[in-house]
Amino acid sequence: MFDGREIRGFAGDTVASALLADGEPGGFVSPMSRRPRGVYSSGVEEPNAFVEVTAPWFEPIRPATMVNLVDGLTVQSRAGVGILPTTAVAPRPARHQHRHVETLVIGGGASGRAAATITGGRVLIVDEQPVVMDPPPNAATLTSTTATGIYDDGYVLCYQRDGGTDVFHHVRAARVVLATGAHERPLAFVDNDRPGVMLASAARTYLERFGVLAGERIVVFSTNHSGHDAAGALAAAGAQVVVVDPATRTGPATERLRAAGIEVRLNARVVATDGDPALTGVTVSAADGQRTAIPADVLAVSGGWNPAIQLARGLGIGLRYDEQKTCFVHDGSGPEWLTVVGRAAGNVPASFPLWVVDEGDDHEKYVELQRDQTVADVAEAVAGGLTNAEHVKRATYIGTTIDQGRTSGVLTAEIVNRLLGWAPGAQGPTNARPPYTPVPFSALAGPDSGPILLDPIRVTPMDAWHDAHGAVYENVGQWKRPRYFPRGDEDMGAAVARETRALRTGVGVLDASTLGKIDVRGPDAGVFLDRMYTNRMSNLRVGSIRYGFMLGLDGMVFDDGVAMRLADDHYVCTTTTGGAAAVMDRFEEWLQTEWTDLRVYCTSVTEQWSVVAVGGPRAREVVAAAGADADLRHDAFPFMTLRDGTVAGVPARICRISFTGELSYELHVSPWHAQHVWDSVMAAGEPFGITPYGTEAMHVLRAEKGYVIVGQETDGTQTPEDLGMAWLVNTGKGDFVGKRSLVRSDMLREDRKQLVGIMTDDPARVLMEGTQLIADATIPDPPAHMLGWVTSSYRSEALGRSIALAVVEAGRGHIGNEIHAVAGNETVPCRVADPVFYDPEGTRRDG
Amino acid sequence: MLLIRCPWCGDRDEVEFTYGGQAHLAYPADPEAMSDAEWADFLFMRDNPKGEWAERWMHAAGCRRWFNAVRDTATHRMISTYRMGERPPS
Repeated sequence: MFDGREIRGFAGDTVASALLADGEPGGFVSPMSRRPRGVYSSGVEEPNAFVEVTAPWFEPIRPATMVNLVDGLTVQSRAGVGILPTTAVAPRPARHQHRHVETLVIGGGASGRAAATITGGRVLIVDEQPVVMDPPPNAATLTSTTATGIYDDGYVLCYQRDGGTDVFHHVRAARVVLATGAHERPLAFVDNDRPGVMLASAARTYLERFGVLAGERIVVFSTNHSGHDAAGALAAAGAQVVVVDPATRTGPATERLRAAGIEVRLNARVVATDGDPALTGVTVSAADGQRTAIPADVLAVSGGWNPAIQLARGLGIGLRYDEQKTCFVHDGSGPEWLTVVGRAAGNVPASFPLWVVDEGDDHEKYVELQRDQTVADVAEAVAGGLTNAEHVKRATYIGTTIDQGRTSGVLTAEIVNRLLGWAPGAQGPTNARPPYTPVPFSALAGPDSGPILLDPIRVTPMDAWHDAHGAVYENVGQWKRPRYFPRGDEDMGAAVARETRALRTGVGVLDASTLGKIDVRGPDAGVFLDRMYTNRMSNLRVGSIRYGFMLGLDGMVFDDGVAMRLADDHYVCTTTTGGAAAVMDRFEEWLQTEWTDLRVYCTSVTEQWSVVAVGGPRAREVVAAAGADADLRHDAFPFMTLRDGTVAGVPARICRISFTGELSYELHVSPWHAQHVWDSVMAAGEPFGITPYGTEAMHVLRAEKGYVIVGQETDGTQTPEDLGMAWLVNTGKGDFVGKRSLVRSDMLREDRKQLVGIMTDDPARVLMEGTQLIADATIPDPPAHMLGWVTSSYRSEALGRSIALAVVEAGRGHIGNEIHAVAGNETVPCRVADPVFYDPEGTRRDG
Repeated sequence: MLLIRCPWCGDRDEVEFTYGGQAHLAYPADPEAMSDAEWADFLFMRDNPKGEWAERWMHAAGCRRWFNAVRDTATHRMISTYRMGERPPS
């Protein structure tokens, strides 16, 4: 169906060939002026005939010359731009395919097939048409496949349309042969855009490939022998043909036609067309200026040929102008793995040098059919001072079209050259960039569409349990972590209040499996860690744990974590969840590029250990009841130490680490046993009201203790001293990453932003994270001086009010002072406080 | 999409690698002896030539080894790759 009208065709027909066979010369309009238009070409250079496909797949806009008929195909004519549907439409399904070949031949015409035949190794031919005639037996062939771009080292992207399915090929070729042929050039004359005016080669293609004679009375306006030869073919098929040739002398092509009884008018030009609106006649002027009218239903135009080398232009190839052929050809430069052959290499007919017919009003001579731009529009741009074809393109939009200027580019450049008094070829068409023809985003995405886009989703072994117990998740990097576990109709605030209260008064359990973990082994493991951390790790006792910072070379906090010493030559280091890969990369970079003499190797074990963190005043009882075989009493199991043993009958490393300030045990177990250990802990904790908690409660609990989260309190511009944690920096131990930067003059400024607490005067007011802090209650005129910003902000159940952490200029010296938070147009009065809000003496840590 | 010759794995697509900036910048022997200006020069200043220069790459999706490369910044052509600790091939 075309615009609601049923049209029949054959397998292999395009919408364009079917319309012409149906006797329809027009059926389209131009986008700006709504001028009636018809099929102009037989390929991707089509500037007029566009359709929207609505069945059996959806596509907003495509040239009718490139839509092959299938049963039930439904299209609507479209002008200018496609319209996205207002309701969701499934995109064309697409997959990706990677291919490696010795030779990729782009174009399955005669010269492409010849190039494929003479080469060895794996050969692949791609062609944008659905059929390649007589493909050589040594080559694989992909049809309906357009090479959309050629990139470094023979990497070529090819877009294949297989009916309603797309395949996007990533081809790596040792050699690329460009056999993409050439595009015929139109001529500019008055009313050269009527339905029935088309490229001469297109009229011939419709006849010889599709079996469609586009008209009965055909005038051929041709500057070169290919147009003349097309005239001969059309006449032989039964059309009445007259050839209009601007050349002043006869040549072999003209002789052939005259011998066949076909009229050829030399030294003549088409100066105007008539129609209603489709073409009914053509006005021809002779050398003496005399005009005659010739009735015609098709005007086939050939103004010369442009080698189709757009694909190679991004590779730094040069072009040179060929005067005989009036076109730009590849000058032979470019990468050695690229070869251009056939018509793409300039094997095109010589052409009489004509681009614009002088007679008539330039406002009626079309140069860019898809933008309704005329010779007069180009002249206006030049009169405005533009001389470069690239500038004329931007001013007129000529070439910013679906066919990317294939029918307008060289023509426009020659008009500009002539207006400036420059020789033909002084400048050529604008630069070409991929994609060669439009590619739908669905093809580029391929299988990467739907819920899993470009990143994997990572979950812990307890994920199914969390989900079954109503967890609301948040993303932490690629991980899905429970943020809170609402009961009944609790919102996040209510759930977090309950979870934090449970942890501080009874016992809570957190899935901490996502924390980064790196196994560090070797005789120089301690030396290595001394250089990576701010503190000394080489003197850590076996069985002990130490918290440390890692800095960048610029002295700023990069990540934090604990190092656990398992043996003289064996540590496990933890990192933040989001920093695990970056820390691992950094360890490897230093070992491989600088400290190659250190005997140490690192292994990422983030996913090899699951972590069940049990915390709260009743934690010891619960861990014991869960079957831990270690002596958990404080004297036997001090803070920041670890024990290897069993819990619930499975091997476990039990660590006394606390991120909440309460008594806390982290159970590190194999992921295989993690759910079992979690279940055992839940069962053991039931009499104590054990409460699973999520990342939101965890954030509040640590904030109450003034513990920083790297990436929350830090943004890459804080030093340990800024955070009030200079005690972690051991300057006596020798060089470590970042040490030199810590004594840069800028690092010793008194007004550096320091970590502090913020208490709003109104205890119910919870500030937004990122809130700016200023000195005065009235917001000054810009630029206002910003003292700092809020890094974390919550409602604290333990304190019964809001708390916030912030970084503030010389903040520690301002504890107790007034400060104001900017909230929209108003300010919120606050006070600078110590960042440790809860249990500052740390009495709760040992239970 | 460059084709990069990892010294251990052979020719692999560019997306398998991460980039490591200028090569042959040894960590200073005595950072304490450097002035702030000298230290800043080491930390932040890098060459930016038009033409061939030596840079570092890491085969992140493969063997995860660091190595050096000579690339022409004007033509984007990879000229050679060689192991960490070696000098560029002449």
